[in-house]
Amino acid sequence: MIDVNLAIDRPPEGPAPLLELRHLDTLWLQVTGTLCNLACRHCFISCGPKNESHPFMALEEVQRAVESAAAMGVKEFYFTGGEPFMHPQIREMIALTLEHGPLSVLTNGVLIDEELASWLAGVFETSRYNFDVRVSLDGTTPEENDAIRGRHTFEKILGGAERLHEAGLNPVFTVTTCHAELAESAGRQRFFDLLAERGITRPRLKFLAPFKIGREERRGGAYEEFERLREGMLDEEARASLQCSSCRMVTAKGVYPCPILIEEEGARMGDTLEDAMGPIKLDHPACYTCFVEGVTCRT
Amino acid sequence: MSDLRRFAVFGGVYNNFLSLEATLRDARALGCEAIFCLGDMGGFGPQPDRVFPLLRDVSDLFVMQGNYDHSIGNRLEDCACGYTDPRDNYYAQISYDYTLANTADAHKDWLRDLPTEFRHTWAGQRVLMAHGSPRQVNEFLWESMCPDAFLEHLLKSYEADVLFVTHTGIPWKRELEGGRQVINVGAIGRPANNGRTSVDYALVEVDAEGVRVDFREVAYDHEALAVVMREEGLPEPFVETILTGWWTTCLEVMPARERAAGVY
Repeated sequence: MIDVNLAIDRPPEGPAPLLELRHLDTLWLQVTGTLCNLACRHCFISCGPKNESHPFMALEEVQRAVESAAAMGVKEFYFTGGEPFMHPQIREMIALTLEHGPLSVLTNGVLIDEELASWLAGVFETSRYNFDVRVSLDGTTPEENDAIRGRHTFEKILGGAERLHEAGLNPVFTVTTCHAELAESAGRQRFFDLLAERGITRPRLKFLAPFKIGREERRGGAYEEFERLREGMLDEEARASLQCSSCRMVTAKGVYPCPILIEEEGARMGDTLEDAMGPIKLDHPACYTCFVEGVTCRT
Repeated sequence: MSDLRRFAVFGGVYNNFLSLEATLRDARALGCEAIFCLGDMGGFGPQPDRVFPLLRDVSDLFVMQGNYDHSIGNRLEDCACGYTDPRDNYYAQISYDYTLANTADAHKDWLRDLPTEFRHTWAGQRVLMAHGSPRQVNEFLWESMCPDAFLEHLLKSYEADVLFVTHTGIPWKRELEGGRQVINVGAIGRPANNGRTSVDYALVEVDAEGVRVDFREVAYDHEALAVVMREEGLPEPFVETILTGWWTTCLEVMPARERAAGVY
């Protein structure tokens, strides 16, 4: 008889860990909700042109959240969506946020024309705090990228990034490693080579593991039963390294623990930032990815 | 200690025994009654063991542990810098392996056992010195990434009025309300990515008004250091930094704002 160890496939036992907020270092703002000009196949919140489950944030909502976070001693801000540059008041939002701290805007780059690139580069040069634009690119060839982000997006994304670079702003390229080999060093090197060919000779890259929720669940498969966190799996160092111990995500519909879980039932913490300072329960399988992969959404 | 009127604070020696010698000479010539080193003895420069006779068992010198010292002291495999840029990783590993291989065991033990912060009260101001930040030894406090409110939060949480840190390699200081301030003393082992070959440390004056901090620029024989670096087979990009004042590596962790001030 062959003795097979199936322990790893069994659901883990015990309660999900509770995680305290150590300090609000990072405030995320879902400025364009779930509305996006692309409908990428790996999107963990199923953003797209028709997903209005989280609408655009109003300028006043952004201002209120940014000022509340600043009063708490926040360290940095991030804008995401959806596609932030779809918002008609995105420039006002960027300007008011940079008065309080450094800001990164996460974009797919498609809407960045020369005029916008020039405006963003001007903001970078004149603001008191650091300003970054992060452009998502998911492959080193049109075939690789477009299979994830949609037809003809490879050149559109690179075009936007090149316009930023020409204007004087060196974007951070964010790669979700849906193609497993891109997570390895040879795969990473291919990005550096591609960007060098495009004249971006000192490229900045960030690699992120995919989360098996939202549209990505249909593309790459869902979490297994054993992929859960339990009390006892996390020591103090692991707790401190989880991004949700130092961040919150504000949307038009309220506050959530992190950028990943805004479409998850039960993840909403309250109406305002002040309501969302309590501990969170790490009972979602996506929490397992952050723990195992050491993921942080920060630039 | 509490009646000091003038002292110096520096960090980031990075094996640069010549800039260390010059910094200590400058501070002592100016009448500093004490000198504080905020850590990171190794990495980047040549012949690590040449810095220790200048640092150990010296009566006016107080030395703390940085993240690099923790790694070398505990004989870890790398500096845990966590780069994704393969070029930065490549050079960081060369630098770390060289320092680990060329640091005597007795010095490693000394690094392992160093304190991790200093606290004193001068002129009624609570002064705290840490390596990266008071809450995390390897946290980078870059000027463009530190909102005033965040610095206020650090000072309040760690019960300090004046905070000194290093770790990033580029000096800056921020004055906040009520005479409170945060000072990143930069590094003396490598120029501050500003096209100058000199290095910087903080010169502190204490009087009835409080604690006043100015940066001191120190020139040293950087060409002699470059010769030793080449003799030791250290990477040519490191030598270039010493000779030009522009960083060529470890750029990934630098914010875009600080990076844009350099040439790479």
